[in-house]
Amino acid sequence: MSTELYINGPVVHTPTFIDGHSVEIPELKILKQDGSVYKDAELPEIDQALATKIYQTLAFHRVLDERMVASQRQGRLSFYMTALGEEAASVGGAAGLEPQDMIMTQYREQGALMFRGFSLENFMNQMFSNEKDLGKGRQMPIHYGSKELNYMTISSPLATQIPQATGYAYGQKVQGLDAVTLCYFGEGAASEGDFHAGLNMAAVQEAPVIFFCRNNGYAISTPSDEQFKGNGIASRGVGYGIKTLRVDGNDIFAVLKATQVARAYALKENAPVLIEAMSYRLGAHSTSDDPSGYRTKEEEEKWQSNDPISRMKNWLLAQNWWDEKQDKALFEQYREDVLAAVKVSEKIQKPHIDTLITDVYDVPTTQLQAQLDDVKAHVNKYPDAYPFTAGKF
Amino acid sequence: MAQMNLLHAINNALDIAMNENDRTVCFGEDVGHFGGVFRATSGLQDKYGKTRCFNTPLVEQGIIGFANGLAAQGSVAIAEIQFADYIFPAFDQIVNEAAKFRYRSGNEFDVGKLTIRSPYGGGIAGGLYHSQSPEAYFAHTPGLKVVIPRNPYQAKGLLLASIRDDNPVIFFEPKRLYRASTGEVPTEDYQLPLGKADIVQTGTDITLLAWGAQMEIIEKAAQMALNDGISCEIVDLRSILPWDVETITNSVMKTGRLLISQEAPLTAGFASEIAASVQQECFLHLESPIERVCGLDTPYPLALEKEYVADHLKVYEAIKRSVNF
Repeated sequence: MSTELYINGPVVHTPTFIDGHSVEIPELKILKQDGSVYKDAELPEIDQALATKIYQTLAFHRVLDERMVASQRQGRLSFYMTALGEEAASVGGAAGLEPQDMIMTQYREQGALMFRGFSLENFMNQMFSNEKDLGKGRQMPIHYGSKELNYMTISSPLATQIPQATGYAYGQKVQGLDAVTLCYFGEGAASEGDFHAGLNMAAVQEAPVIFFCRNNGYAISTPSDEQFKGNGIASRGVGYGIKTLRVDGNDIFAVLKATQVARAYALKENAPVLIEAMSYRLGAHSTSDDPSGYRTKEEEEKWQSNDPISRMKNWLLAQNWWDEKQDKALFEQYREDVLAAVKVSEKIQKPHIDTLITDVYDVPTTQLQAQLDDVKAHVNKYPDAYPFTAGKF
Repeated sequence: MAQMNLLHAINNALDIAMNENDRTVCFGEDVGHFGGVFRATSGLQDKYGKTRCFNTPLVEQGIIGFANGLAAQGSVAIAEIQFADYIFPAFDQIVNEAAKFRYRSGNEFDVGKLTIRSPYGGGIAGGLYHSQSPEAYFAHTPGLKVVIPRNPYQAKGLLLASIRDDNPVIFFEPKRLYRASTGEVPTEDYQLPLGKADIVQTGTDITLLAWGAQMEIIEKAAQMALNDGISCEIVDLRSILPWDVETITNSVMKTGRLLISQEAPLTAGFASEIAASVQQECFLHLESPIERVCGLDTPYPLALEKEYVADHLKVYEAIKRSVNF
């Protein structure tokens, strides 16, 4: 307990501003676009098995996103969100963790779940809201979650997961577990009150949580210069007294290295870390969005040449751990797998009518049971109007 | 048994909950060393350490966000919001997060181990920002339980039940009664059921229904009515969500009349929900219109508090109106 103020600076006798942009933040880069490594750069801990797994996850991510946007355009799926161009942030982050670490995400981090081994069928069943969806068909497509894989179910409200990650990590600390929580969010979500609440509480309550900001330049149509001032989101970490790293978000090794270092620090010191990964949302916000209304082709092209997946591929080729033939076969295989999985999942029936009232409480209340009974009687009276459930209970 | 006031009873319940499970954590503004502005968490930090009972920064949305994460992790999270009037920055974390955590994940995750404690209600010259009764906002949210005790015995038993219930519970404590309400309370562990109303006094002419601090108001009015020869059945709802429809409708079918009194404003208060359900279930048993005796549809006043509140005289008049309809 202390009321001592944190004083770090000279005493002056004339008003002396600190400039709001004066915090200088280094950006970690390890891998160049051509696959070579920067001189003096320190590679993350990586072997051929991990490198191959990371690359395969990136490739699968790219293919799944492409195919699901196509499915949405064909009217087979209601909604989708890609992470085109910023896949390294989610895949690299997950690769820097241990399986027992909790991952909480915003919505554009399916790569982390892929890395943890969520099956193609599980992805599909969630997107098609069928009876095999772990979430029981209750949330819009891409709101995945898995207790088994320590991946917290996604919630649409922005930034709510940030203070929750602080609390989750605090619980891990109280139990003395060898585990941390990693929390993803975008630079737009960092304007929400929950971001500030979560970071401040993590610093004060000393929670082993890694806050991972994907700064992809856009919140739907709003560019980051209309979202915040100051030196990015990283400068906020400094304000809250949190150890902070900025990395090139399209550099898978910079992301991996940063996460590995952050995890070790958070666990050892029982303290939060903030990582800001600089990237660009090459795709639309969602399938309901068209970026041509708010940005130029030239801007997009500049970032297309920064592709994180080809960057890693170039490195793998240089190691002789990968070749073009393997690459082509991998992408083709994934395309076939995804297409086949869509055809299966879209035919699986909707969840049972009883799931209307389950999981609201641990046990349905008598009022809920009565409401369900009314609905069932009504469905039986007008079966043609309710084809998903009529005749199935 | 020991003589306790309502604060002692709550403190005693928290002590039992923290003692039985070392994953139980209590936190909120000024909750730590100081023991809370009303002293409900007094002594807990000394006994269980700073890791398990601590001050948080002044950020209600952060407190409940943190509590949601902690409960999802499997810890028993007991969060205090210093005044119910200040719960609204946390509204999103309660309504969109806590209440929907289990449902939206298909039961992959839940925050059943979350309990939010908060002092509510008027009568302490607290004006518009230290007097509100916001239970109806939360009663409109499937997935939450909302519980309000009327005295120390009820407070301890209902709080222990709330902490152990596998759903997020908001536990509103009538702060006007914190020290004013005293009584015999068992020192050992016990629980009272959630979702069950309590018939405090049986009667034949009219059912009087309230909860929390409003209970002693309707009891006083019932005493006045008794002098006029009117026999009142007095019921404490105890749980606002889910609420005990059966006990209430059985009582109304017996007495033929219902009066509901709440501190909160009239319009869209929880009394309205009860009135709608009771007229549906008991239409042919009703001898008179259901009476609602509530606060006015204004912010909670300061200087004119006496005129504003649903006091025993207003309840008494409504009883006579109902019986003489």
